[in-house]
Amino acid sequence: MNARVARLLPPLAFGLAVLALWEAVVRVLGVPPIILPAPSAIAVRFAGSIPTLAADFWQTIKGVLAGYVVGCGSGFAVAVLIDRSPFLKRGLLPLGNLVSALPVVGVAPIMVMWFGFDWPSKAAVVVVMTFFPMLVNTVAGLSSASAMERDLMKTYAANDWQTLRALRLPAALPFIFNALKINTTLAMIGAIVAEFFGTPIVGMGFRISTEVGRLGIDMVWATIVVAALTGSLFYALVAAVERRATFWHPSYRAKEA
Amino acid sequence: MKSALPILTVILAILAAWYVAAALMNAPLQRDAYANAGRTDYSTPDLIVDSLNMERPKLPGPHQVVVELYRLVFMTPPMSKRSLVYHGIITLQETVIGFLIGAALGIGLAVVIVSVKWLERSMMPWIVASQTVPIIALAPMIVVILYQFNITGIAPKAAIAAYLSFFPITVGMVKGFRSPDPLLLDLMRTYSATRAQTFMKLRAPASAPLFFASMKIGAAAALVGAVVAEVTKSEDGGLGARLLAGSYYGQTVQIWAALFAAAALSAALVGLVGLVGRITERRMGAHP
Repeated sequence: MNARVARLLPPLAFGLAVLALWEAVVRVLGVPPIILPAPSAIAVRFAGSIPTLAADFWQTIKGVLAGYVVGCGSGFAVAVLIDRSPFLKRGLLPLGNLVSALPVVGVAPIMVMWFGFDWPSKAAVVVVMTFFPMLVNTVAGLSSASAMERDLMKTYAANDWQTLRALRLPAALPFIFNALKINTTLAMIGAIVAEFFGTPIVGMGFRISTEVGRLGIDMVWATIVVAALTGSLFYALVAAVERRATFWHPSYRAKEA
Repeated sequence: MKSALPILTVILAILAAWYVAAALMNAPLQRDAYANAGRTDYSTPDLIVDSLNMERPKLPGPHQVVVELYRLVFMTPPMSKRSLVYHGIITLQETVIGFLIGAALGIGLAVVIVSVKWLERSMMPWIVASQTVPIIALAPMIVVILYQFNITGIAPKAAIAAYLSFFPITVGMVKGFRSPDPLLLDLMRTYSATRAQTFMKLRAPASAPLFFASMKIGAAAALVGAVVAEVTKSEDGGLGARLLAGSYYGQTVQIWAALFAAAALSAALVGLVGLVGRITERRMGAHP
């Protein structure tokens, strides 16, 4: 416990120092709130707008979660399917890697046109953004079991399905969780940016773009606080599941000792 | 080159699926168009062909996007506001300037972080945590704040590009500078190398693979930043502005053309970084 506190203390102190410095600079130099509101002003605004912020949160999270589940699920399913065909793997993997270099979030206006202003269009953007990282990582993970282990399965007379379930899927878990973690951020980005292109009058991306237009910068910051908290919690949640699911992995085992 | 055939097959399959999807998605619209024109004598092939050549389709056929790209890139005067070259150059400038600034800051911060122990312990968790935050949400606000300081044109977008490429580069470079084997670090100590010498002769060269990996991520992130920034401040042009204009006026073909132009730009930038990386690594004695 003590070691944990010692590890947490420096970053906490650093964060508080940044906040204090920010507050001091804004107050001493009299920075207008249109440019940079003080943290205290943001906190007041945050506390005063909880109903609005909550409504925005629900609107955005619907798109994020729906898209995340469908995108990761289909990426995983396709990976398991093409895993049996080296030909397809050789064809799809370079394309999947290429996609990671592309500004996929640009499909947002198209999805808004296809699926309307409400959350399904945001979910669609998230699906497109999360699909390929999941595909590429799962395919890599499924081939990560060593030849020795595979031979062992053969000596057990395990069929393909049994080998997949007992050996290759568990071995792929670290890769799959890696994609799940990358995708939490991508999902948030996709949903928020898609909201810049059109929403019903609710949602975090909508709030940010309208309040920026009305120069309500404190409200923008309050929304960003919500987005940051949501993103970190989402990530932390997946990381916690990962820790339980892949407790056998050396990166966690080492810490326990 | 062994994978050329599989890749080609997959691309062909995607194109085929695209055509099918386009025909299916546009056919209802085209049927309405026929009904409005009072035509009832159309055959199914007519319907399919016309669905793939609509002016404002739900999903344009690949050939329509290619034609539009060709028209907007080669057949339009490059300095005209309709030309994708004009907008592409704007986006490219923002991306490259932003990327260079973001890379310089990111590498600088990484050097500081690996050299100063207490900074690493207090800052690193925040920088890692920042990776989980959708920092792109800040883009519209940064544009407006910089506008207050009379910073307009490509500078605010370059700032966002810099800011988006900064975090992944910092994280990657910290990892890179820390990648040398502890044995090698001990060896440097037996040579009684100073910290600066250890850094220049061991840590910096050892970081090369992660340097190029994070430069690739940074370049792609910078382009995303530039495009999203252009969406929020679209009067100065750029590919993001074309995306927004297309979505306002329902010009689907134009959206797809802008999207492909952005994708090509991004792939070219990342490819260029990768090429420089491969050449450098070979010069450094890597055996691919």
